[in-house]
Amino acid sequence: MTHSFELPGNYKKWTMGLIGVGVIALLWGAIMYHPFGAVGTGDHPEEATRFWAVLLQNSVYWLLLVNVGMFFIGFTTLAMGGWQVALRRVPEAISSVVPVMGIITFFILMAIVWGGRYDIYPWVNKETVAGDKLLSGKSGFLNPMFYSLFSAIMILLWWLLGKKLRSLSFESDKAGTMDYETGDKWIKKNILYASLFIVVFGLSVGSTIPWLWIMSIDAHWYSTMFSWYTFASTFVAGMSLIALFIIFLKNNGQLEYVTDEHLHDIGKFMFAFSIFWTYLWFSQYMLIWYANIPEETGYFKVRVSGPYRGIFFLNLILNFVCPILIMMKKSVKRNYTLMTFMALLIIFGHWIDVWQMVMPGTLYDKAHLGLFEFGIAALFIGVIMWRVGDFFTKHPLTAKNHPFLKESIIHHT
Amino acid sequence: MAGGIKKFVVGCFDDEAVLFPAVKNVRKTGYKIHDVYTPFPVHGLDHAMGLRETSLHTAGFIYAITGTTTALTCISWILTKDWPLNIGGKPHFALPAWIPITFELTVLFAAVGMVLTFCYLCQLSPFIKKHHFHPRATDDLFVMAIECTDKTNDEEVQAFLRNAGATEVNVQHAETGWWLGRYDREQKLYREMEKGY
Repeated sequence: MTHSFELPGNYKKWTMGLIGVGVIALLWGAIMYHPFGAVGTGDHPEEATRFWAVLLQNSVYWLLLVNVGMFFIGFTTLAMGGWQVALRRVPEAISSVVPVMGIITFFILMAIVWGGRYDIYPWVNKETVAGDKLLSGKSGFLNPMFYSLFSAIMILLWWLLGKKLRSLSFESDKAGTMDYETGDKWIKKNILYASLFIVVFGLSVGSTIPWLWIMSIDAHWYSTMFSWYTFASTFVAGMSLIALFIIFLKNNGQLEYVTDEHLHDIGKFMFAFSIFWTYLWFSQYMLIWYANIPEETGYFKVRVSGPYRGIFFLNLILNFVCPILIMMKKSVKRNYTLMTFMALLIIFGHWIDVWQMVMPGTLYDKAHLGLFEFGIAALFIGVIMWRVGDFFTKHPLTAKNHPFLKESIIHHT
Repeated sequence: MAGGIKKFVVGCFDDEAVLFPAVKNVRKTGYKIHDVYTPFPVHGLDHAMGLRETSLHTAGFIYAITGTTTALTCISWILTKDWPLNIGGKPHFALPAWIPITFELTVLFAAVGMVLTFCYLCQLSPFIKKHHFHPRATDDLFVMAIECTDKTNDEEVQAFLRNAGATEVNVQHAETGWWLGRYDREQKLYREMEKGY
């Protein structure tokens, strides 16, 4: 297979730069914030909490975001979609970050849970749980052992099923043009693994994983909307990341079959799922506001009328008002500059969204949105760019033997 | 009633694969296409005919924000000024509770407004009648009507259409606008008019 895509020098510089900044931020935090001592000790115990809360927020957000790549491949395969074939290597590339990101996230989660960080997860402290009726009632679900095992299994399943689907895609490159029978067999194999992935995805990202990783910070509080709301948040950000990499590759003369029509459809996903996110966000908020039960409203009291009031409304402006007003027109979804701007805005907006899920329960009024937070985000972005760039140089960027490729080439909205 | 009576050369095609190149050639030659009538929506035909993009969605946006403002002003006036009620101790200006209604009214205004605008633009309404160039345009025939001016040589246009693959070509003098009337009273079924169909 003759394939030669050299990453432009700027891309490499940015990747190295972001990782560099991130590592400096991480070292700064590890040294200055004393994150490895016992909880609540030292002159500024909230600094250690800040360190772990920021790592938790970023690792969970970026891991769920890159996992969207394989979810996209999964549901388009199950829907027998053809339009996305010309660009399907991009979500595949993004999903290839899952192993690295999964390992990083797993280590951070384990450090929090087994390091006894009860400032992050109150339920890791045995004494707190024993003296708390609600927490001891939930202890079958919220305990370090179940948490670790379930997280490990789910990350491993995303990794392995994703890897299988990617390797099926590479197989088609070597096989040459498929006749009807081979194509049929190959598609069915894809459907088998895609449906397995979707089931695992539904049981993890669609339900339990956000409960465990984020909602259990406010361990007394619960919301049945929470996982879907987190899923919508990461899904729309994941679609934005796909759009960004498509535009990047188009600007570098790659993806010859991808036209404005394909970008338009990705734009529709970003637009529609911004509204879907708002719908879930609002459903969760309005029911709690309406019922007005004290144990439920506590979650929103700190966000709406407490120190997070500004962030609460910024969240809505970034993730609802901007997408719906700016992306409504057809011409915007076909414009590289505006799509890049909107994709960056949405990714940042949902990073803020996850930030306001994590911070009030851990730091209350001592949260920052400073250099450390952005530095750690830079580290994760750098890792994504590094892995995706690596994928782009090593694999053909068009799945040229995919049976549905023609449908994608003539795609017209 | 608008438009007046004009002269048309009508060509009928029985395949869209023939229709597309014909539309292209007719435009290239410089004849003016009045309209093309098809039994089903043909993807890309509007583009081939050189029609401008519809503004229906802009109208839809305007209807939608009209719905939003109607709902918000109406509810907030009623519940804060006109007849304030204490509902579960909630503030009178209870915005979250109004969002679902506001959303519904936005969708309702946009949907109804766009349907009516669409009907107006297509001159579709009960009791309104328009000339049909060929009754089989609603069944299985693609019908292209070319508008003639004083200078148009209709013999030439007919020959041109036959060349382009039209199976049936004729000249009609037809009203371009609409008039009041009902199809079921004034028009017989096609199979009654033409023996052997």
